[in-house]
Amino acid sequence: MGILQNILEQVINGLRSGSIYALIALGYTMVYGIAKMINFAHGDIIMVGAYALYVGLAIFHLPAVGAVLLSIAICTILGVGIERIAYKPLRSAQPLAVLITAIGVSFLLQSLSLLIFGATPIPQASIVGFDGIKIGGISISGITIVTLIVTTICMASLTWFINKTKLGSAMRAVSEDKGAAELMGIDVNKTISLTFAIGSALAAIAGILYVCQYQSLKPTLGAMPGIKAFVAAVLGGIGSVPGAMLGGIILGLIESLSKAYISTELSDAIVFGILVLVLLIKPSGLLGKIRKEKV
Amino acid sequence: MKNRQTDKQLIKNIAITIIIFIIVESLLYGGLLSRQFRSLLIPVCINVILAVSLNLTTGFLGELTLGHAGFMSVGAYTGALVTLNMNLPMAIEFPVALFAGGIAAAIFGVIIGVPVLRLRGDYLAIVTLAFGEIIKSIINSMKITNGAMGLSGIELHANYKHFAYVFALTVITIFAIKNMVHSRQGRAVCAIRDNYIAAEAVGISVSRFKVMAFVVAAFFAGIAGVIYSHNVGTLKPTTFDYNKSIEILVIVVLGGMGSIRGSVIAAIILTVLPELLRSADEFRMLLYAIVLIVMMIFNSSQIKQRILSSEILSRLRRVKKEA
Amino acid sequence: MALLEVKNLGISFGGLRAVDDFNISIEKGCLYGLIGPNGAGKTTVFNMLTGVYLPTDGSIILDGNNVVGKNPAQICQSGIARTFQNIRLFGKMSVLDNVKVALHNEYSYSLGSGILHLNKYKKTETAMNERALEILKVFDMNEQAHILSSNLPYGKQRKLEIARALATNPKLLLLDEPAAGMNPNETAELMDTISLIRDKFDITILLIEHDMKLVSGICEQLTVLNFGMVLTTGTPEAVLNDPEVVTAYLGE
Repeated sequence: MGILQNILEQVINGLRSGSIYALIALGYTMVYGIAKMINFAHGDIIMVGAYALYVGLAIFHLPAVGAVLLSIAICTILGVGIERIAYKPLRSAQPLAVLITAIGVSFLLQSLSLLIFGATPIPQASIVGFDGIKIGGISISGITIVTLIVTTICMASLTWFINKTKLGSAMRAVSEDKGAAELMGIDVNKTISLTFAIGSALAAIAGILYVCQYQSLKPTLGAMPGIKAFVAAVLGGIGSVPGAMLGGIILGLIESLSKAYISTELSDAIVFGILVLVLLIKPSGLLGKIRKEKV
Repeated sequence: MKNRQTDKQLIKNIAITIIIFIIVESLLYGGLLSRQFRSLLIPVCINVILAVSLNLTTGFLGELTLGHAGFMSVGAYTGALVTLNMNLPMAIEFPVALFAGGIAAAIFGVIIGVPVLRLRGDYLAIVTLAFGEIIKSIINSMKITNGAMGLSGIELHANYKHFAYVFALTVITIFAIKNMVHSRQGRAVCAIRDNYIAAEAVGISVSRFKVMAFVVAAFFAGIAGVIYSHNVGTLKPTTFDYNKSIEILVIVVLGGMGSIRGSVIAAIILTVLPELLRSADEFRMLLYAIVLIVMMIFNSSQIKQRILSSEILSRLRRVKKEA
Repeated sequence: MALLEVKNLGISFGGLRAVDDFNISIEKGCLYGLIGPNGAGKTTVFNMLTGVYLPTDGSIILDGNNVVGKNPAQICQSGIARTFQNIRLFGKMSVLDNVKVALHNEYSYSLGSGILHLNKYKKTETAMNERALEILKVFDMNEQAHILSSNLPYGKQRKLEIARALATNPKLLLLDEPAAGMNPNETAELMDTISLIRDKFDITILLIEHDMKLVSGICEQLTVLNFGMVLTTGTPEAVLNDPEVVTAYLGE
């Protein structure tokens, strides 16, 4: 196999994991835009999504589509519930308190799944049935194709939703200025719930795609993709929806190429190094806006 | 009048310290402590040092740092490498290891503190998390630290038999941080927490004191790391992950951010309690999660406000009476 | 030579020219008023004078030294102190500690002697306490020294901000709407305090207000700012009778 083919294959791998990061990063960025908080528990919603798929398939014996829908529904309800119970009472509190609570929620989800499902990884076969294709010596797996198609559809419809619908413009208004939006008759609480719902639904989809790729479940499975997707959101400019998509893809490519050509052990360090660099050089990210405190 | 009050306070604190020490030592030498409790003595001290030092950045500087375990690991590895390569009597090599571990961690404090100067809040927290993970993966890929295999055969200079030294180090840490907080440097750090724009406007160099807080906290985390490595005898990079950092954060949050006494008490509770619950590991995380969420919601709720204001009122009355 | 000499000061935010060609000259010991309608750019001028914003052009000469390009902490150390329109106290610290933070640069000891409680620490802290209480006494607040600053009533919080600014031992004190949110009685009392501290601490004061009548009573010189530009400068009588100023405030 030629070098070019090898590189192309790594690029395709990178696109696959990158588009999953992008889906997760959208959740971070939308919540940050609207609630001005980093939802640390977002990564663990992915984990819940993956386990929900397993429960649907292995315990309730649902068909694949049913299990996917169940997973999305559970995550959506969970995301909205978390916001209502844990974050809402803290809306006027210091950012530090909100962040610590979010870390607490993340720990809560992980420990509950540890108590319910145990620490031993549970195997979960992919729900993608077909084997993939070969183009000019480059093999593309079925899950890669499904991932790319699903994420493209999700991102396109989200963009349409935010820019073309009434609820979408309400979301944009709330993220611009909560007070003014409220005065214009927008129900801020509902809009925040909607944001958490969409973000969590996307996280469920990301969780399903992720587990179909790695085919194993454990309570901490959401932590790493979650934190990397956060890096992607920062890279793209937190608060910016196109930024999250771009950041996710770029991060996936960097990770895949550095794993292949630099060092597997250091690839995490490289990803986090990028985060540090972006925040130091251009904290607003590639497509974000700068917010400055008024004196 | 104020000086006399602080002197009294000092005498009281020293008395409490000595009493605790005598009790623990007599229990230890009288053979009254079960093996389980004996093995908890040093971990309690380690967690006290970690929590008190993390409180400096999180409670007093007001910046959430999620990489405290990273500083600890730098200290642990440096200290372990010193004793593994020195082969001198404990009285010489252990202090050298402590010093080297503390300084190495402090240097990392500078390396991390300087770049994050421009950041605050959420972003700063995430970057410290990233740095913690970077430290972990570098240790994981280095030859001198023996990569993922880790180090073993480190001499147990800090097992329960050496409780007196470790206890002394813990007390020194508590007093050092407490005195720092009440010094002009500490006031500058607290001022930055309360309002960094106003702090700058009264002539406080925000970057200088931010780095200072980071470095001092890192130094003591490094000391805790050295004690840890000489207590357990083996080191693995995965010990010092994000979860360890959160564990320390949980202690600080439970004890109250900005309360040193609280950190000490919470460190004791949260080290001993999971051990008593036996099936510790499964419920430990759940316990941590609940502590974090409940404390935060409680802190910002009306209940706390009411209790706090009534406490302030009663204290005011006391001050008036004394005057 | 004047204590503060500002020449051609200007700043743009993106395409917006917030302040343009701002000139002011304040003599030592003067009580100077900077007035103008809301949004005229008064606070922006303060932010440039204290290094919060970097001016796009112009110079700020304090006592012969250009301070443009210094950061807020350095500018404070060279002798400009300020208060804020929206109060910025150190809320979780006591009233006394709020003032002691501002004494930071004048009373010094090393971190080592602080941690070890050496003699230097004890002596300096005692001196700091005395000095801080002395300043608080001017504002009749020495009794409240040990209260948490956020528990003070609003008017006292404003006063504490002034006390804190004074503690940095400034040559020039900038007060940003010190009477905002106060009732007429409190305002009159505050204005008396301001004249008093000018004499007692022997400093120069530049004060922002948008209520013209208020400042005309105590200020010796006024500069009127409108749409980021100086409309006029002069004594209160001259300024108040200037038809242009009247138009700026009341409209055509």
